[in-house]
Amino acid sequence: MAASDPTVKTTRAVDETGERSSRILQTRDLHKEFGGLTATDTVDFAVEEGELRCLIGPNGAGKSTVLNLITGQLEPTAGSIYYDGIDITSLPSHERVDRGISMKFQVPTLYEDLTARQNLRIPLQRIVDAAEFETRTRELLAQFDLLAEIDETPATLSHGQQQRLEIAMAMALEPTLMLLDEPVAGLSVEETAEVAELLRTIRAQEGVAFIVIEHDIDFVETIADRVTVLDQGSIFTEGTIEEVKTDPAVRRIYLGEET
Amino acid sequence: MEGVRMSSEPNSSLLERVRSPFEGPNTLGNSNGFWLTFGVGVVSLALYPVLFGTYAAGERAVFLVYALLGVSLCFVWGFCGILSFGQVAFFGVSGYTFGIVGLNVSSYTGVTLGIVAGIAVATLFAAALGYFMFYGGVRDVYVTIITLVVALVLKTFMDQTAGGEWAVGEAELGGFNGMRNIPNLAIGVGDIGIEVSRAMHYYVALAALIGVYLGLRVLVNGRFGYAMVATLEDETRTEMFGYNTTFIKLVTFTLGGALAGLSGVLYVTWGNYINPQQFAITAASMPVIWASIGGRDSIAGTIAAAIVLQWIELQLSGEWALVIVGSLLVFVILVMPEGIAPRLRTFVLDRQSSSEPTTTPATTEEVTD
Repeated sequence: MAASDPTVKTTRAVDETGERSSRILQTRDLHKEFGGLTATDTVDFAVEEGELRCLIGPNGAGKSTVLNLITGQLEPTAGSIYYDGIDITSLPSHERVDRGISMKFQVPTLYEDLTARQNLRIPLQRIVDAAEFETRTRELLAQFDLLAEIDETPATLSHGQQQRLEIAMAMALEPTLMLLDEPVAGLSVEETAEVAELLRTIRAQEGVAFIVIEHDIDFVETIADRVTVLDQGSIFTEGTIEEVKTDPAVRRIYLGEET
Repeated sequence: MEGVRMSSEPNSSLLERVRSPFEGPNTLGNSNGFWLTFGVGVVSLALYPVLFGTYAAGERAVFLVYALLGVSLCFVWGFCGILSFGQVAFFGVSGYTFGIVGLNVSSYTGVTLGIVAGIAVATLFAAALGYFMFYGGVRDVYVTIITLVVALVLKTFMDQTAGGEWAVGEAELGGFNGMRNIPNLAIGVGDIGIEVSRAMHYYVALAALIGVYLGLRVLVNGRFGYAMVATLEDETRTEMFGYNTTFIKLVTFTLGGALAGLSGVLYVTWGNYINPQQFAITAASMPVIWASIGGRDSIAGTIAAAIVLQWIELQLSGEWALVIVGSLLVFVILVMPEGIAPRLRTFVLDRQSSSEPTTTPATTEEVTD
């Protein structure tokens, strides 16, 4: 409901410092421990409206932890998260979704027994009336080039089609921030190019902000506005892809491993 | 299968309009063959008293009452992933509550109040237990353990309620001997009302079972059903579509408790009696066995399994009956872990698709629920 709720959008943009800003997401001193192990340490992370931010870093750098803290699947040990100027740190996941945060998981998690149409009904039935299901479903499937697969179950879809259907389902809620966990992992070069093209199209049309976790640095280069490098639970550096790529320290901790 | 609703028969549209609320991806049986089988089943059950006499039907009504208890589990387990051994707790609490009200408030008023009170107490009990479990973050097998313990605690408690001090007004709880002289099912106020005889009880139980079955089909194929099944398949994912999955599980569990409560009322009004054995581990396992063998995704399969297995138990009578039912359970779990009805459906679908070219699209649908 609230994804399209006008009140959420009009009360936005005053964060805890009282400043108006175009920041949609802001974390403050975000700290998470598992047992005695620190997963993220004082992460201060901000995303602007409509921006596409890539989150990179070696394995165990805390990328997924940051994502799970933003969605509310994990509770931080300390620190806070502001979304649209509102402190969402203690909100359960489903209420964060109502405020406009949507997520596409790394592992495809479509509902196996349901067709593409029925899969889309799960997000859609929360925000549109039954009478509009069919129209909205067709619009979304057309946008993601899946109209021919409307009555197919996930098992008969290609990996790339499954990824697109999942993105369509997350986009069905009309989010203002979309989180993607390794959207091109396991995809072919062609499929990766398709996803990159798709993200550019969505951005052009909808003005959604994205946070994308990605290992494929070539993919990051084609889509990212800015890149945040995490290392050992902290933000190592932030900047444009060029700045990050040419930083010798980044090359040492991360990029060096990739080539 | 979904979407293959077009048919060449000209007057099929009315039939399809009638059928459509009962059909969808969340119930296994949506085909003509399935509804035909369903119709044959309903007619056979309805004719049982005519063919075998009202006395036999009066005795067998309990099969239908317990089948309803099985449905209450099938609903929470097969459609929302909550494996509860506590359905008998709601069943028994409802039965005892009905007894207490029915024995204390005379005339039809008491019985009518008892029905409402029995189901209401069972529902509230399920809601309270569900609230503490689901909002306390209890999941999976721990839900199963807690619900079993609740049933066993009730058994232990009720066992020691013998003697005059354990009476609520006129109603003596009776310890392990149980509560006696519980009135028949009736509806009315004061002296004006209708009492359900033992022979009629069969038809009341059958009507309740069919009504609940069709009602649940509408529910699971509707908006809430999609949310339930989504929660069953992947809770985290469903939460990230903005669903409050904790609340969905609570509502489902509460509704399951209400259905178990309804079967509890039908049970005590059938036998005019209830004892703590209803909370024992054997009784608590029965709905789980029926749903496992029939197929927990299949309400109709669970009903069929409940009726057939109770019939087998009655024929075998004695300790051997449980050994055989237990062996059957192990066999089914090893050979077809999803249960008989879903396997039968797959079998029929495979047969039909291998003879695809000779059949018309309207008939190539699944048969069982």
